[in-house]
Amino acid sequence: MPATRPEHHFSVHSGGNMKEDFEPEILAFCCKYCAYAAADLAGSMRLSYPPAVKVIQLPCTGRVDMINLLKAFEDGADGVYVAGCLEGECHFIKGNLRAKKRVAAVKDILASIGLEPGRLQMYNLSSAMGPRFTEIAREMTETIRAFGPSPIKGKLNACGRVVDPAVRPETLTT
Amino acid sequence: MVVGGGIAGIQASLDMANSGYLVYLVEEKPAIGGVMAQLDKTFPTNDCAMCVISPKLVEAGRHLNIELLTMTEVSAVSGEAGNFRVDLLRHPRYVDPEKCTSCAECETVCPIERPNAFDQGLRNRKAAYKLYPQGMPPAYAIEKQGTAPCKATCPAHVSVQGYIALINQGKYREAVELFREAHPFPGVCGRVCHHPCESRCTRGDYDEPLAIRELHRFLADWETETGERILPTIAEEKRAEKIAVIGSGPAGLSAAYFLAQKGYQATIFEKLPVAGGMMAVGIPEYRLPRDMLEREIEIIQAMGVEIQTGVTFGKDITFDSLKADGYAAVFMGVGLHAGRKLGIDNEDAAGVLQGVDFLRDTALGKDVPVGDNVLVIGGGNVAVDVALTAKRKGAENVTMVCLEKRGEMPAWEHEIEEALEGDIKIVNSYGPKSFFIDPDTKKFSGIEFKTCTAVFDEQGRFSPAFDENACEAIFGDTVIIAIGQAADTADIEKQNVPITARGGLEADPITLQTPMEWVFAGGDAFYGPKSVVDAVASGKEAAESIHRYINGMDLKDGREKEWHFEKPVITDEPHKKRTPLRCLDPKARECNFLEVSFGYNEDEAKAEADRCLECGICSECYQCVKACLAGAVNHETTPETLSVNVGGIILAPGFEPFDPSAFDAYAYASHPDVVTSIEFERILSASGPFQGHLVRPSDHREPEKIAWIQCVGSRDINRCDHSYCSSVCCMYASKQAIIAKEHSANDLDTAIFYMDMRTFGKEFERYLNRAEHENGVRYIRSRVHTIEHDESGGLLMRYATESGGMLEESFDMVVLSVGLSPSASVSELAGRLGVALNRHRFARTKDLSPVSTSRSGIYACGAFQEPKDIPMSVMEASAAAALATGELASVRNSLARVKQLPPELDVSGDMPRIGVFVCNCGINIGGIADVPAIRDYAATLPYVVHVEDNLFTCSQDTQDKMKEIITEKAINRVVVASCSPRTHEPLFQETIREAGLNPYLFEMANIRDQNTWVHMNDPEAATQKAKSLVRMAIAKAMFIEPLHQVEMAVRNAALVVGGGVAGMEAAIGLAEQGFPVHLVEKEDHLGGAALKLNTTWQGEPVGPYVRNLAEHVKSHPNVHVYTGSHVVESSGAIGHFTTTVLTADDAGRPASRTISHGVTILATGAEEFKPTEYLRGEHPDVLTHLELDGAMRENDPRIDEAASVVFIQCVGSRNEERPYCSKICCTHSLKSALALKESDPDRQVFILYRDMRAYGFREDLYRAARQADVIFIRFTPENPPVAASAEDGKIMVSIRDHVLDVGLEIRADMLVLAAAVAARENRELFEAFKVPVNEDGFLVEAHAKLRPVDFASEGIFLAGLAHYPKPIEETIAQARAAVSRAVTILSKDYILVGGVVAELKDPSRCACCLICVRSCPYGVPYVADGRAHINPAACHGCGVCAAECPAKVITLNHFTDEQIIAKEGALFAGDKAGTSLQCA
Repeated sequence: MPATRPEHHFSVHSGGNMKEDFEPEILAFCCKYCAYAAADLAGSMRLSYPPAVKVIQLPCTGRVDMINLLKAFEDGADGVYVAGCLEGECHFIKGNLRAKKRVAAVKDILASIGLEPGRLQMYNLSSAMGPRFTEIAREMTETIRAFGPSPIKGKLNACGRVVDPAVRPETLTT
Repeated sequence: MVVGGGIAGIQASLDMANSGYLVYLVEEKPAIGGVMAQLDKTFPTNDCAMCVISPKLVEAGRHLNIELLTMTEVSAVSGEAGNFRVDLLRHPRYVDPEKCTSCAECETVCPIERPNAFDQGLRNRKAAYKLYPQGMPPAYAIEKQGTAPCKATCPAHVSVQGYIALINQGKYREAVELFREAHPFPGVCGRVCHHPCESRCTRGDYDEPLAIRELHRFLADWETETGERILPTIAEEKRAEKIAVIGSGPAGLSAAYFLAQKGYQATIFEKLPVAGGMMAVGIPEYRLPRDMLEREIEIIQAMGVEIQTGVTFGKDITFDSLKADGYAAVFMGVGLHAGRKLGIDNEDAAGVLQGVDFLRDTALGKDVPVGDNVLVIGGGNVAVDVALTAKRKGAENVTMVCLEKRGEMPAWEHEIEEALEGDIKIVNSYGPKSFFIDPDTKKFSGIEFKTCTAVFDEQGRFSPAFDENACEAIFGDTVIIAIGQAADTADIEKQNVPITARGGLEADPITLQTPMEWVFAGGDAFYGPKSVVDAVASGKEAAESIHRYINGMDLKDGREKEWHFEKPVITDEPHKKRTPLRCLDPKARECNFLEVSFGYNEDEAKAEADRCLECGICSECYQCVKACLAGAVNHETTPETLSVNVGGIILAPGFEPFDPSAFDAYAYASHPDVVTSIEFERILSASGPFQGHLVRPSDHREPEKIAWIQCVGSRDINRCDHSYCSSVCCMYASKQAIIAKEHSANDLDTAIFYMDMRTFGKEFERYLNRAEHENGVRYIRSRVHTIEHDESGGLLMRYATESGGMLEESFDMVVLSVGLSPSASVSELAGRLGVALNRHRFARTKDLSPVSTSRSGIYACGAFQEPKDIPMSVMEASAAAALATGELASVRNSLARVKQLPPELDVSGDMPRIGVFVCNCGINIGGIADVPAIRDYAATLPYVVHVEDNLFTCSQDTQDKMKEIITEKAINRVVVASCSPRTHEPLFQETIREAGLNPYLFEMANIRDQNTWVHMNDPEAATQKAKSLVRMAIAKAMFIEPLHQVEMAVRNAALVVGGGVAGMEAAIGLAEQGFPVHLVEKEDHLGGAALKLNTTWQGEPVGPYVRNLAEHVKSHPNVHVYTGSHVVESSGAIGHFTTTVLTADDAGRPASRTISHGVTILATGAEEFKPTEYLRGEHPDVLTHLELDGAMRENDPRIDEAASVVFIQCVGSRNEERPYCSKICCTHSLKSALALKESDPDRQVFILYRDMRAYGFREDLYRAARQADVIFIRFTPENPPVAASAEDGKIMVSIRDHVLDVGLEIRADMLVLAAAVAARENRELFEAFKVPVNEDGFLVEAHAKLRPVDFASEGIFLAGLAHYPKPIEETIAQARAAVSRAVTILSKDYILVGGVVAELKDPSRCACCLICVRSCPYGVPYVADGRAHINPAACHGCGVCAAECPAKVITLNHFTDEQIIAKEGALFAGDKAGTSLQCA
């Protein structure tokens, strides 16, 4: 097992100047038709953005459940954003507007448990907006860096629980 | 076959391919997409054009039944409808699209920059380029223009432009390598070449040719300085065969060099004690330093060539001895080392020398005393060398005497100049008569010369004539004869080497094979005295021949290559002077053999290289070949001709934007900030030259004021012959103005200068109103006079207002709204195909057969037919597809390809066994991230049973290997870590399906596009991120399940609602394709609104057409007509609808009838608005358009009697109640006005209008009406005309004239109101089909741009006026389009449903809360039997319901919560993921 766990995973509780050294982990939910295509275009154009951002592709941001957003924070995300088509241009008519509402609702939840609501964002962009994708990734990384590590990180997954294979016990023999 | 890969061509191809036909899609450019792909946004929805088109690109690009033929043009079409033979010319792409991975390495290394035509030249691209990032096929291409003249002219065909381009880049090593691929002597030829290339240099036609020779000399000097020897590539496979080369001159050395490159063992046998032939003993050292020659010979030796000096062929070695020693072939390059004699007495006296001997002896260091006064006989280059050498040997006076006049001398001018610089005296037009011999010493003492009166005879042959009476004596110590060279054949003749009559070696001119088949000959001894580079070429050809001879190949095949070149037209290139060459001062040359020329230093070389005009475009530097690890680049590809047989042809070649360069008044050519609208699209585009930042080209500053000028190249017969309206410019200018404002941080001022605002399409008028009133775009009705540069660097616009006043305003930027032009190449295409064009050079079509060309079986759609917008083009594309396939209905599915697949393995319930394939993508991933580390890391993760990394995972061999591994290791989940799933997921899914796995048992990690391409400068971070992405993919793979699409039978009948033209055309179209059609009409007869029309705008009679159509429909066995009937209920989804119709039974009693059908077409029409204004209803002579048509049809006497007729436009349209344009009324008024004028030219006809919307070619009607003295008076909605009854029963119409600004009163006998087209009240009907209507009551299509006849609910289509007001030709086209769309479903026996769709996994927990029903954008879920139901055939798979379902009963397959959460968890688990999963 490689023991190259990055330093920053241990710096969560260290305080001090941790904000500057801090390399956040950010999850982006991107819709297949616009945001994900924009991310690919940013690559084609060789535009660079911070490696903190990792993308999960979904058919539509309308698929993003509140539970997916909350779970990401529970599992240790420092920031999460949802990126869909421009408003009014959703491939599935209005999935991005649904996502927008859910993002707003989860922001409220974050605020209510004392987490910065800014750790979660909704963005809209078209598939031709590769440069905008990089801007968003930078913007988000900077915002999260300023917030510092998520205080939740490391608390809820103390036992190293990541995915619970017990979900499919019938096939696991270990 | 579809010609043209724009959006129309793509749509036509997809429709036909999806209906069971094989389609060839022919496109001239390297990628499909057309102009739409260049657009930023599309009106009126402001959708991103690329977002909308790219799924279509991928679909067309990957379709099993669409064969993409890019870079291809149609040369000829023979045969007839149903059986055409099409000849195609496929231009070379030089990149194999099957192998290209779009990694851009070729582009990175390419040294040639070209204006990026896709970006309208606003930035550059490389000669190795991809048209645009999303282009299909997703492959690069290389742009060439023949071979560069320099390379074509060079006897050795060195890639001259290539090494010059590399010098420009400072890539000297690569430049030397490139040179050496074609030529072994960059340094020698860099000094002595006679450079025929320079005489063909395009720069030479413009100012002075490039110093090509000096540039490769620079390279050789650079190489010398580095101390390295840069060898050419040598074949890895060594050959056992030995080759003997006789003679170590440039021909022999070259033969050995190229043989060594091919892996052969070559041995050179040289008679002299030194190697190099004439390079060593003929060319004086002051021109070619010996160390340079030795260096280049050493390189040849370093390649494994052995040189034996002092070996004489014929004495020391013979053919027999060579054969005995195992030599497989011999090359003879023995040169011309003997001098020609004058043929006069005493030529063997002391003091008489031969030039070649003199030079050789000098070179070999022998002491050759020449005395003080030397005579040199001859006027060639050797004579100059002899003269200058004699001078350097100490001669005081050297005199060259030759037969020729100064201008006829065979020596090159620069050599003669050098001779004169060297104080050589040249005496012309004398030939030696006799020698003076000193009687005492018997030594030469002088010559008596006779005057040469002519050197050549009338035929130009060498045949000197002399005047024996005019003689002159010149005295000297030595005479050196340099009048020519000959082969010294004494030794070789004994070997029976065939010799020609002229004394040279005999061989085939192409293959260089002598009559002795294993012996080849070349060089001077074969073709006479020539330059080093000719000898190199000869040696190279001989090497090729010997290689072929040894391998038993045809020696001649493909050898007679002609090198064509094309010179580019150079116009605005700045003049650049040739970089002068520094030379040794003439004084300093005396009595030494120091090199005269210094060559270029680096700065000089770069300055000179920068002068290259890049004639061939691609420089053939071959850097891309080296960079492409996929081996996709092949510069040797040649144009290919192919023929295919097709049943029908659809032409969709599109248009080209009008070029306004010739319009001086608009300053387009002279000012960078005057741009065309298409350039502005690229400026706005996020992937454009400025990445979507709105800046002006001149200084990249954000503009504060932008003006648009409309009708540039449209509605203009003064400055161009485009009298038509381009239809789309008013809308795109408004769109650009709005988008520009959105892009601008400041409050951008936008102004549109126009004549008429023609926003006649669906939702266009609202768009215009919003632009003006909400976005603050200024609309200025005017004619622009000129645009000039103003003092502050801006643009001063002078324009005339409607009332004639001249105004001025300055702007930062001006956009010319250019029209749509037919391109010259398209006109030629039409000519080749025998397709008639109209007077505007667009395809000629008729209104009542809108997509049929003049040639049966060939159809036209899109802007090739008339300028039009995207939805119209798409609609016509489908219409053309319906017609083209209609004729081929009987052979449907006969050629369409079907993939045979093995049965699917059942892996449900099995433990995951995951195979992970990590791609290096050449160096795109592996060059940045540590791929082996990623691979090894993947191996540590749970359930992973196989890992590997590949150079290219998408290559065919890897795919095959992947299938084997899947079987071998019983892999049941596959993860590929490579590029983007957007482009490659379908490919890999296909592969695993071929291995028997369900295609959904696949997951991809995007470690290229979203990783190594963005983190190129941080390899460590890229590796870490790739690991995270792979971990996430594996986590999801653990939970993915096979998804099975189930076959659902398609009911092959259609329901058409509405019996007007649209409904009837749809019904007959489907019926003729063989499908049963149920046509429901609420009236008791067929025909609809068209029954009230007289003619189309082009004058085709509508009545007979409608009546024939109705008869045809009624009598067609496949059509069941239900007149006087209504739809009461409809249910079901695509492929299986059930509709109940209230109709009458045979006895006329009301009866209910249930119809089963697979598709539905709604064509319910619209009606004429019944105005109440302008005295209608009060005054009998106030008519609507349709009433006027009726009156004309019925020869109403009021018409004949009317001396004055007034039309009022926009009655009921473009107002608050109906804020849309009814589109057809302006044309209708123009047509009627012309008819009235025609029947009585003295009749006064007035048209009172707001904007004359005579779009497209209808502008011709507008012009004709003005010419016919129809009077046009414009009014504003604030100040409309007023109609009042006059006492005499006439109508008084009052209006304020917009030009004169005075009130007018018109006495009219008849007032015609252009009444709006209003939607029918059909709420219940539309609710039955669950189709949406807009605010105006018209049906809403699935997508305003690309799905103009589809509804969002699959399987339901629309056509005709129910969609939006439109003329009859458009209705017909739309109805046929609906046919095409419907056939894509009806042609299938079953459709596959399921896959990525929502599903109720545990219906018992459903609470019937209706949240899913309300949240679904398509109205798919419904509640019945105590639970929700989701029809997988209707579900679009967005997952909104799954996310909203409070009980979590609904799941979106393949994107389940479990799967998403697994991915999330894996991301944040860091590297612990493996441990945590395993310990659990």
